Amino acid sequence: MRGPMSDLPLSLVDVTILAGEVAILNEVSVTFTGGAPTVLIGPNGAGKTTLLRAAMGLVPATRGRIAWGGRDDAPPDKRAIMFQRPVMLRRSVADNILYALRAANAPGETLQDRTQDLLTLVGLQHLARRPARRLSGGEQQRLALARALARAPTVLFLDEPTASLDPYATKTIEDLVRAIAKLGVKVVMSTHDLGQARRIGGDIVLMHRGRVVEHTPGAQFFDEPRTQEARKFMAGELLV
Amino acid sequence: MPAATSALHLVLTGDPALYTIVRLSLLVSLSAVLLAAGIGVPLGALLALTRFRGRTGAIVLLNALMGLPPVVVGLVVFMFLSRSGPLGSWGLLFTPPAMVIAQTILVTPIIAALSRQTIEDLWVEYRDELTAMSIGPVRRVTTLIWDARISLLTALLAGFGRAAAEVGAIMIVGGNIEGFTRTMTTAIALETSKGDLPLAIGLGVVLMIIVLLINALAWGARRAGERIAG
Ligand SMILES: Nc1ncnc2c1ncn2[C@@H]1O[C@H](COP(=O)(O)OP(=O)(O)OP(=O)(O)O)[C@@H](O)[C@H]1O
Ligand SMILES: [Mg+2]
Repeated sequence: MRGPMSDLPLSLVDVTILAGEVAILNEVSVTFTGGAPTVLIGPNGAGKTTLLRAAMGLVPATRGRIAWGGRDDAPPDKRAIMFQRPVMLRRSVADNILYALRAANAPGETLQDRTQDLLTLVGLQHLARRPARRLSGGEQQRLALARALARAPTVLFLDEPTASLDPYATKTIEDLVRAIAKLGVKVVMSTHDLGQARRIGGDIVLMHRGRVVEHTPGAQFFDEPRTQEARKFMAGELLV
Repeated sequence: MPAATSALHLVLTGDPALYTIVRLSLLVSLSAVLLAAGIGVPLGALLALTRFRGRTGAIVLLNALMGLPPVVVGLVVFMFLSRSGPLGSWGLLFTPPAMVIAQTILVTPIIAALSRQTIEDLWVEYRDELTAMSIGPVRRVTTLIWDARISLLTALLAGFGRAAAEVGAIMIVGGNIEGFTRTMTTAIALETSKGDLPLAIGLGVVLMIIVLLINALAWGARRAGERIAG
């Protein structure tokens, strides 16, 4: 799936993003390469959502540089994001997916089949004709994931994709994320579920107060974290 | 009340004079609303989705224009269309098109202001998702108008209610000529002052029914919209 125009490696170099006077990202340098999913963790307000939005290209860096495959003007065609609080279009479940497929210029004759496939993938096929805004929170999250996948991304950003899902749906999404990653899609996701981070993360990025505190391979992070903050965070202590 | 009885008789027997008046009223107000929608919805979308200097002023002005006094609109249109006015050569004064023009001016700010609010609210909600889906400016506008269609329809109905109920503007530019530019509201005003209550009451009843129907329609549209879109 990845050609010469790949968005990888995706790198942020000394990226600062200001909201007014406050740096909500503070001199962040991090590189996402192909392979297993990268998982962002950190307390509320650490800057995970901001980092994902910046990496998607939705918010410009106030200072520093964001580059996709070495280009800082790479079009977002092959990137997709599922927001922490996804917004459903005022259409049916199936039409939300159709809309995303059309926006991604999917060929007309494939639209129906791909809509069905995506619905089945996230387990919403029985709700296809339902108004999307009437879905439960977890169902909306699954629809948002299907919509993101409709772009056939090579890099997929997921902002707390299982935050309001039941255990079964959570497992389904985790399996799905692993399957997507196996297909060569780079997944970058945030979560507050440390078990999930351990199960899915090829590498872990710990954020705190707009900074990247630690970026280590998953196995190492959980067994021998390099920083004091990581140890405290995993012990459930308040980071200061 | 003999006047009320005769009024009912006029309505129920389909009195031709009464129905000529009703037909013209509807024709004029509907045309005005359609024209105003053609101008007001795109204008509202433009104001909702663009940023330029003086935008806030434009929005405040537009909201203020929602309360334009019909007689003032009538007067201005009259001056433009009167024989010595700049558009006098068109020969439109005291014709139905003049009435349509006046009502269009009256209704356009209402539709534009309500559309602006509706589309802007929806854009705030949709911005992230549409941006993440790489939706371009044209698709963005059509998506927002389509997804806001129920609220926009309500705006059109509000505009129609305003047009159907006003008397000042069409009285001045239409002249209330029997069989030609006489509408429900101008006829009611005239017949009441002449003392012909049955026709006035009959028209009043029809007008009330139309206004109630519009409101029922608006309500039904909202309900249907909720069912479809959630
Ligand atoms: N547009 C904005 N204007 C002002 N402050 C903002 C803005 N966006 C984010 N912030 C602030 O930046 C900080 C980081 O927010 P962000 O949403 O990235 O955190 P997060 O790590 O995703 O938190 P959570 O785990 O609660 O989702 C927060 O303190 C937030 O209040
Ligand atoms: Mg967040």
